Amino acid sequence: MGKTLFDKIWDAHVVHTVEDGPQVVYIDRHFIHEVTSPQAFAGLKSRGIPVFRPKQTIATADHNVPTENQHLPIKDALSRHQVDTLIKNCKDFGVELYGLGHPYQGIVHVIGPELGITQPGMTIVCGDSHTSTHGAFGNIAFGIGTSEVEQVLATQCVLQRKPKTMKVQVDGELNKGVVSKDIILYIISQLSASGGTGHFIEFCGTAIESLSMEARMTICNMSIEMGARGGLIAPDEKTFEYIKGRTFAPKGAEWDKKLSYWKTLRTDEDAQFDSSYHFNAEDIEPMITYGTNPGMGIGITQFIPQVNGNSVAGLEKSLKYMELQGGSQLLGREIDFVFIGSCTNSRIEDLRLVAEMVKGKKKADRVQAMIVPGSRQVEQQAIAEGLDKVLKEAGFELRQPGCSACLGMNEDKVPKGKYCVSTSNRNFEGRQGPGARTMLASPLTAAAAALTGRITDVRDFYKD
Amino acid sequence: MEKFTQLFSKCVLLPEENVDTDQIIPARFLKAVSREGFGDNLFRDWRYLDESTPNPDFVLNQPGVEGQILVAGRNFGCGSSREHAAWALYDYGFRVIISSFFADIFKNNALNNGLLPVQVSDDVLAKIFKTVNNDPATLAEVNLEEERLVIEKAGISENFEINNYKKYCMINGFDDIDFLINKSEEIKAYEQNRELVI
Ligand code: SF4
Repeated sequence: MGKTLFDKIWDAHVVHTVEDGPQVVYIDRHFIHEVTSPQAFAGLKSRGIPVFRPKQTIATADHNVPTENQHLPIKDALSRHQVDTLIKNCKDFGVELYGLGHPYQGIVHVIGPELGITQPGMTIVCGDSHTSTHGAFGNIAFGIGTSEVEQVLATQCVLQRKPKTMKVQVDGELNKGVVSKDIILYIISQLSASGGTGHFIEFCGTAIESLSMEARMTICNMSIEMGARGGLIAPDEKTFEYIKGRTFAPKGAEWDKKLSYWKTLRTDEDAQFDSSYHFNAEDIEPMITYGTNPGMGIGITQFIPQVNGNSVAGLEKSLKYMELQGGSQLLGREIDFVFIGSCTNSRIEDLRLVAEMVKGKKKADRVQAMIVPGSRQVEQQAIAEGLDKVLKEAGFELRQPGCSACLGMNEDKVPKGKYCVSTSNRNFEGRQGPGARTMLASPLTAAAAALTGRITDVRDFYKD
Repeated sequence: MEKFTQLFSKCVLLPEENVDTDQIIPARFLKAVSREGFGDNLFRDWRYLDESTPNPDFVLNQPGVEGQILVAGRNFGCGSSREHAAWALYDYGFRVIISSFFADIFKNNALNNGLLPVQVSDDVLAKIFKTVNNDPATLAEVNLEEERLVIEKAGISENFEINNYKKYCMINGFDDIDFLINKSEEIKAYEQNRELVI
């Protein structure tokens, strides 16, 4: 019987199998950041051991950094101490750091691919659940906890049980105004926030293949929001084209050798998945969430489900938190905030989509609109293309790179009780600040909401 | 890691589903560089109405509620990979979490920190909620050696599953790093035999 792409990559990285237990899995690339690494380095120090393969770990500061005046010392003492600790640890242990001020700095899942560090066939981990993003390049990438970060630093391996495999196939052509964020919000709304638990998902089908690399990253990024360990997409010409020439991409003869290997990375025709789902791209509308987990999403013209005996888990509590009525429509509701950013949607294509939509227009007065590029390189590219001017003229605040209001760890927070249309990946209670009410959507839907001050169907912008 | 073999305790009930790690420990409290002290901010936004006023409706603030076992609804620990969630629960004093379903990364994190996730069926979970609701003094016994959960008052005597390797680690207080460091020769040999990716 054939093997899935996931099985091929996984099996090639198994160093040792514990009987009736986990496997020792070798890790090719390890990303670290300031929030989930300090306790791991402290562990190495107390054991008196070095980083086993320092060249395979790359560090950046992103979760806890300010998005204004990054050239000045960080104001918040605890945040500053955490970032300083990362700098010191990287220096002490010989790990490359793309910290604040470095031209490569940015959200860890944005910089890996854009620097060409993320490549097909690899195993990639980071102490952050959205490590699944990198899977868009046909590799196994997953989030780990700090104890596991310490394992990787100490041995370049993690102990894991092999997940099950799931296939999610989306065929057909996307409707106008529907983008990759809508596809993944749709899939999660169909399979629920725990529908992928214990699985690694391979996304495939003509609708997925038609997406750009950046759009594919958005899909894999949110596979974790259905509980999956990660998601991946088989590499193809678009993948190779994207990687070629990037800073850390293989060059010359090395490129040729890797390319011929990468071309073998496909699921065999007769491979079996533990479970499979199939969706049609034509069924997908622009999506938005109404509740407090990413599974609570609906098409923009649909109605919030009624609370009754068979409603989804926690619906009543969610709607109370969101102050929304079951059976009502979101369309037309006033909103207060728009956040465009996070490792889900902060790349240059996202900024271009937003700029194109708001060009020559003004945001609604009631709305505060913040746009936070995923990396310094994205920021520089946006400036080079003049997007910064378009966005500023439309009334958007363009900030410096970081995770920002995606998790509300720095001062970028949505105030209590306010509604925010956000391109990030989590609408949990308080995720964007205590009491904040998050509605997840695509960059297009978020930009449209900024312009009208209301939940808006982007397709209205394409009429006539 | 502390050893764990057996525990008798009362239960604390949190009958919510999809309790995510942002609720267990909100991001703004993740700025520490050590593992200690996170218990103070466990369930912070549910536990407090504002900066310092405890929310009287939240279970951890109710008089008489105590115990080292937290019983919670399905899909406990979903969301972010922050191990701080496991540290906060442990630091607060919990040693066992009972639920009908755990998110993957949380489960690993818990096991890596001596916090035992006990997965039971939805029916058993409902029974526990009902019994403890009626009598908060109900005692539960968790026996890791025998992989058994016993709550006499609820008529529960259930086996739970944990893989042998993790069980061995918890009973002996070993962690994965010790195990991996012992494998370093094998890891080096593996590195020698491959070239494609590195
Ligand atoms: S942008 Fe948000 S989801 Fe992505 S790594 Fe940062 S905090 Fe995590």
